[in-house]
Amino acid sequence: MTNEAKTKASSARRFLRGVRDGLPIGLGYLAVAFSLGITAGNVGLTAFQGFLASFLNNASAGEYAGFALIAARASYLEMALMILVTNARYLLMSTALSQRFSPDTPFFHRFLIGFNVTDEIFGLAIAQPDAIDPVYLYGAFSMSIPGWSLGTAIGILAGDVLPANVVSALSVAIFGMFLAIIIPPARRNRVVGALVLISFAASWAFAVLPLVAGLSAGTRTLILTLSISAIAAALFPVKEKEGTP
Amino acid sequence: MSENVYIYIFIMAGVSYLIRVLPLTLIRRQITSRFLRSFLYYVPYVTLAVMTFPAILGNLDAPFLEILPGLAALVVGVVLSWFGAGLFPVAAACCAAVFLLQFLT
Repeated sequence: MTNEAKTKASSARRFLRGVRDGLPIGLGYLAVAFSLGITAGNVGLTAFQGFLASFLNNASAGEYAGFALIAARASYLEMALMILVTNARYLLMSTALSQRFSPDTPFFHRFLIGFNVTDEIFGLAIAQPDAIDPVYLYGAFSMSIPGWSLGTAIGILAGDVLPANVVSALSVAIFGMFLAIIIPPARRNRVVGALVLISFAASWAFAVLPLVAGLSAGTRTLILTLSISAIAAALFPVKEKEGTP
Repeated sequence: MSENVYIYIFIMAGVSYLIRVLPLTLIRRQITSRFLRSFLYYVPYVTLAVMTFPAILGNLDAPFLEILPGLAALVVGVVLSWFGAGLFPVAAACCAAVFLLQFLT
């Protein structure tokens, strides 16, 4: 076997290994994106628009917040700020990933991998012992991206045909998933637990109190997220180990 | 609103991409500011909590019976997540709670 053939064979194997590790992620995304699609459908997005949004964004909380802003006909600036805040954690993940590229890896891979840094893909990437292998990650992308974008479109289509009481029941699925993400760390970490409770209370207060209740839901989310997180970061700086997601 | 939706989607996509690709291409060092690292660590929990409650209850001006299914979903979701149930089971149980309690209203 020539050297070139060897490299080809091994990159096919690395790609397939990524496909194998990405398959459960893709299936999980299909289910999460389905409930996101129900929300998108409630907001009035077509299946194609939902597909496009998910294909280009690959972010559950960010997209949910974005869809709420579309429904509220928010300003474009508000939309940009909202996505910046709800996806801010990807800044940290991408920064961490930037440390793990081998100097031998061609630079253009960073532009492609940057397209799909999600919580799960980040987990997969840092679970690898060596430097980041773009081919392996592209294999995982080939499962996760279709799962995510098609799941959203399917959710929107399903929302159109299912009875109203089923759709309103499915509409809380996204909140269930958010709870499943925040409650376990809230149980383990007292500061996170207190923050979740404070966030619930403050969010409720902002929704009912005169003056602030007049602000859009998006603006309230922005203000509360920035202020509560900043105060918490000042009062309870995390230890080095926790700071890496 | 159909002409605006695509602009919204492209703004979302553009900001999301920049957030991910700028650190990958520009930042070659770890973020050292402890405040900034802590802030980025707390943001996802706070933003998800803020977006979940009270939105899960639905229309807050509605009579209590109409808020009840959402309240049940919240309790079911918190309890199951507390005991370590995964994303999908928690979401399914929340849906089931709302579906069943809707018949009361």
